[in-house]
Amino acid sequence: MHPAYSVIFFTSASGGGYGLLVWLGLLGASGQLPTDRWLGFTGFAWALLMVTAGLLSSTAHLGHPERAWRAFSQWRSSWLSREGVMSVATYIPAGITAIGWVFLERVLPWSGLLMAALAILTICCTAMIYASLKTIRRWRHPLTLPCYLAIGLSSGALWLACLAPVFGAGQGVLWLAVFTLAIAGLVKLAYWYSIDHERPGSTTASATGLGSPGKVHLFAAPHTAENYLQREMGFVIARKHALKLRGIALVLGFLLPILLCLLAAQLPALPAFLALVLAVIANGAGVLTERWLFFAEARHTVMLYYGAETA
Amino acid sequence: MTSLPASASPRQLGLVIDLDICVGCHACAVNCKEWNTGGHMAPLTDLNAYGAKPSGVWFNRIHTFEVEGEVNAGGSGCGSSGRTVHFPKSCLHCETPDCVTVCPTGASYKRAEDGIVLVNEDKCIGCKLCSWACPYGAREFDEDVGVMKKCTLCIDRIYNENLPEIDRVPACVATCPTSARHFGDLGDPTSEISQLVQARGGYDLMPELGYRPSNKYLPPRRRDGEGNAATRAPEAAAPQPEPASAKLSPFLRWVDNLLSR
Repeated sequence: MHPAYSVIFFTSASGGGYGLLVWLGLLGASGQLPTDRWLGFTGFAWALLMVTAGLLSSTAHLGHPERAWRAFSQWRSSWLSREGVMSVATYIPAGITAIGWVFLERVLPWSGLLMAALAILTICCTAMIYASLKTIRRWRHPLTLPCYLAIGLSSGALWLACLAPVFGAGQGVLWLAVFTLAIAGLVKLAYWYSIDHERPGSTTASATGLGSPGKVHLFAAPHTAENYLQREMGFVIARKHALKLRGIALVLGFLLPILLCLLAAQLPALPAFLALVLAVIANGAGVLTERWLFFAEARHTVMLYYGAETA
Repeated sequence: MTSLPASASPRQLGLVIDLDICVGCHACAVNCKEWNTGGHMAPLTDLNAYGAKPSGVWFNRIHTFEVEGEVNAGGSGCGSSGRTVHFPKSCLHCETPDCVTVCPTGASYKRAEDGIVLVNEDKCIGCKLCSWACPYGAREFDEDVGVMKKCTLCIDRIYNENLPEIDRVPACVATCPTSARHFGDLGDPTSEISQLVQARGGYDLMPELGYRPSNKYLPPRRRDGEGNAATRAPEAAAPQPEPASAKLSPFLRWVDNLLSR
């Protein structure tokens, strides 16, 4: 699948933003975080900035962004519509929690918990947009949703680990970041292992109903130049490049941030903060690479009609 | 509403495509483009039409496949040697089309009364998710208009009372010079095309995905079997009747040949 930058940025940034809202809600409501108004302000500002930037970016690839409001209507059948509804619904408890935290210096528990629940559901809906497509086996995969959830929650935890100690939080948030980053890295590794060992799915033979697998080949394409379908679904990445990028995603996205978190735990406040900023930057680059690969490595069945032998 | 119709009528209009006699002339694609660029989903935009990389919206595309060995489509039709098969493909108007249910705006819908899958261009936001959900590549995005487009089964022909009744079929069916395309009600087991599907072992594309496509494909017939003179092996054993002139002497045979010219 063609890796569209608007969607890659959207899923990465919003995923982390909702992840941060989850931790602010859960840890805030359970009294694990300082109720300092500046922690509330910077935490919510960062989370809502990432969420909003991501959502706006996702409208950039629309043919008619001015009609985007219509996407809230079909939540009965469409995961994309559900995602739209949940993403906007999360703003309500997020706004209430933020107002309480910033102006009253207290976290309203019911609002914080509701915000965390809606944020988790939003990440799940984003993942299900992809995981529900039968046409792309590497997306309709049992680990697609766990990957999105784990990566969103770990980015959010890392952002919190960078911010919260500045306002007097203990080292608990650091260990939360280390733990969630490790889980996210492992889930992604399991996903990559699984797609490398996938059983053959649809073939040109089943797509055309002619002959047996491996015996049907495209002889002549319907047209001389590339069409929309080939541009959108026909993106192919060489195996060796994919492996290299997986390594980059794993190191930058998870390994390096974990090491920097462990380092920060040993350092005084300022160097620790700088190490964590570095961790956030590395994690961002790693997650963007991971998300790019999620698209680039996905193969769509329509390419069986354009020369691919399996999908 | 992008949920599928709850109480669909049994009527399901669709196409049956005979891979045995399609000659790959692309006339269906051209006539489809000609009709539909002024029809319900108009225009079918072409970008850079005369440049090095033309790109346009087509509802119908003809692929050509090479099949090695057995052509084992669907049961009844089997052939043994390799062959070239022309393969026209347009929207299959599936019974359970995910392209409809993934639509976030309600622009995509499946009509309850005849099972045709359509796009309401005024509601489409151009998110392209429906084209991702279609395994067959039936939906093509119009970059110029910014909405998704697809085959309408020529909804503006088949119910068009301004056309003579014989012309109330999709443009691709009307134009096919070999009658490789058939149109009718696939929901009615007694209809002519349902009977054709029955008789010829019509089959679904990628049945493993569970979209339950309405359009059916008829497999190529045997080419090397009995009763097919075109590819039958030369009958070496059968003695050819000798021409009368063979009994003549060389000279007279030469004269015979000369005079027979």
